Amino acid sequence: MTDPLMLTGVSLALFVIVGAIAVASSILVVSMRNPVHSALFLLLTFLCVAILFVSMGAEFVGAVQVLVYAGGIMVLFLFVVMLINVKALPKEKVFTATSMMGVLMGVLLFIILAIILASGTWAPAVNAPENLRTAVVVKTTPVVDAGGATIQTETVTRDVVGNAEAVGMALYRDYLVPFEVASLFLLVAMVGAIVIGKRELDASEEEAIPEFIAKKVSDEDRLKEVTGA
Amino acid sequence: MTWADLLFLLPEIVLSIGGCLLLLAPVIGGRNNGVAAKWSMLLLLVATAAAIYVAAGAGIPSLALGTLFVADPFAVFFKLLFVVVIAMITLLSAEFLEDGRYSAWEYYSLMAFALCGMMFMASGTHLISIYVGLELLSLASYILAGYYKNETRSTEAAMKYFVLGATSSGILLYGMSLIYGACGSLHLEAISQAVATMAGNQALIIGVMLLGAGLCFKVAAVPFHVWTPDVYTGAPTPVTAFLSTASKVAAFAIFARIFYMGLHSLEPDWNSIIATVAALSMIVGNLAAVTQTNVKRMLAYSSIAHAGYALLGVLAMSEIGLQGVLIYMLVYAFANIGTWAMVMLLRRREYAGENVDDFDGLHKSAPLYAFAMVVFLLSLGGIPPTAGFIGKYYLFAAAISAGYAWLAVIAVLMSAVSMFYYFRLVVAMYLKDGAAADVIPSRQVRFIVIVCLIATLTLGILPERMIRGAARSIAPIVNLASR
Repeated sequence: MTDPLMLTGVSLALFVIVGAIAVASSILVVSMRNPVHSALFLLLTFLCVAILFVSMGAEFVGAVQVLVYAGGIMVLFLFVVMLINVKALPKEKVFTATSMMGVLMGVLLFIILAIILASGTWAPAVNAPENLRTAVVVKTTPVVDAGGATIQTETVTRDVVGNAEAVGMALYRDYLVPFEVASLFLLVAMVGAIVIGKRELDASEEEAIPEFIAKKVSDEDRLKEVTGA
Repeated sequence: MTWADLLFLLPEIVLSIGGCLLLLAPVIGGRNNGVAAKWSMLLLLVATAAAIYVAAGAGIPSLALGTLFVADPFAVFFKLLFVVVIAMITLLSAEFLEDGRYSAWEYYSLMAFALCGMMFMASGTHLISIYVGLELLSLASYILAGYYKNETRSTEAAMKYFVLGATSSGILLYGMSLIYGACGSLHLEAISQAVATMAGNQALIIGVMLLGAGLCFKVAAVPFHVWTPDVYTGAPTPVTAFLSTASKVAAFAIFARIFYMGLHSLEPDWNSIIATVAALSMIVGNLAAVTQTNVKRMLAYSSIAHAGYALLGVLAMSEIGLQGVLIYMLVYAFANIGTWAMVMLLRRREYAGENVDDFDGLHKSAPLYAFAMVVFLLSLGGIPPTAGFIGKYYLFAAAISAGYAWLAVIAVLMSAVSMFYYFRLVVAMYLKDGAAADVIPSRQVRFIVIVCLIATLTLGILPERMIRGAARSIAPIVNLASR
């Protein structure tokens, strides 16, 4: 057991149990016929993944997983389910010949991958849990004299205190540009949702006053007429 | 990040800001003004082309950025090709956007973001930067494929493309994570150093296979091609032109860069897989195209076959092979956009102009355009006076010199098969009579046909500049691979 990432004892048991729950609940997400049940199993999957992140020493990512996915995304899912008001999907035969072939292929692929990946040799872990907390930050600040000229540079070396900082360093320094591209990606997703979701462009239809407003105005007018008269 | 870094990323920055401005423009005036949107997009493309020249002359970027992106001649070649292709597609799209049923500004904005993603792909030297660029391109493509949102076929195309594309992205990402696990880095040069000593590492090979499967999906190679005919047929024709040229060329740019820069020393482990994929793509693509009566579907299958030919250049792992990929992408883009423009020229409703019968008797009503179509088809088939010959010559020569004579034989045989179904269109145009062939009076589509005609003939008759340009563009990557 020379590999520092090799799990043993309690952590191995934790990984196996939580991982099994995550896989089982993600299968239930797609097989449940009631959307609310699916959403709740999705929540369970997110929580299990968060536990796995924490057990790997990535507390920050685990916390973000809970906050963003289990908190934010989940609420959105439930909102959508509530708004479109689907009770349950119609019953259909799940275990057809085609889907059984798919399951068989999936299991075979899993066995092949498991056997091959177990025999592979891996690079030494650069991001082992202890590395995440002891990464060294070198900070260079110029020291300026009274005249405004740089006389020397002062180098400060300190350890990263938590892995939020390590994630921040990776995200906003090393991978700043891909991070920005991800924001463009979200913008494209938003534009796409609007383009697909909005009504057909028809100028006359859009300029017209919606019927219920027009009706209300006419009601008020009539009331004024009646009371004024 | 320094100011020099911003200069280095100028084309991408110009495109992202321009894409946002295209979204804001309808607020100022001309809500759903297709003409204004078209000219704004063309202006943005001119600015981007200028920015590419500025960025190519910019200094070496800071370390953090330099590991993610380069602005080598290889990237510049593809970036300029992307700009030209998108400019042609902008003019083709104007036709269906100007009647005002579909919002034009958002369309061009999505096109600009897709181009931005392709730019990141062309210059990325790190699997992360390549991946985010690829995803930006893919997401914009899914939406564009469904732009005829009231047509069932277009929505179906978008849905199929989205589900299969997302799955393939997952496979690609899993492959990248395994490569990271084996090599300890995602930077292509670091990967190349790491894999030099790990031939036969099973986990690494699985990673490369999954990565290759994801990339093969993006270039539409067999057996990852199932989405192609449906998506190409269902999407609006200008979007189909975009998917079959711009998107495919961008995917080949990263295919070539990843395999030449990162995985060249692992060649004995992956060459038989890529050889099989190339052979299957050529055979299945061409044989399936023979039976099609729908022109868009036929061209979709033929584009699968073209992915197979271009894979020969990746497989060869030689200077001439990489040169062949670049030349082939250039000539393929012009011939293919020309063909799609011809399909659009015969359009009467959303989807008409796509049956082989619609080309009946075109020779009588529009002899120039019938001639142009013949030139494009000859170029796609690789017949000498046209540019397609030069591309295929380089690819086949590369395959033979790398010891894949059997693949070259398949390629030549399948090119002959492709001439068979291309000539069904020629027969329809020249030997049959038909009232169907009325050409729409669109100056922009005609202009694109003429531009592609001139480019295909010029590059075929006077190929020296193109060949020298390609040789210059591959220099940094070939030097790296032979080190």
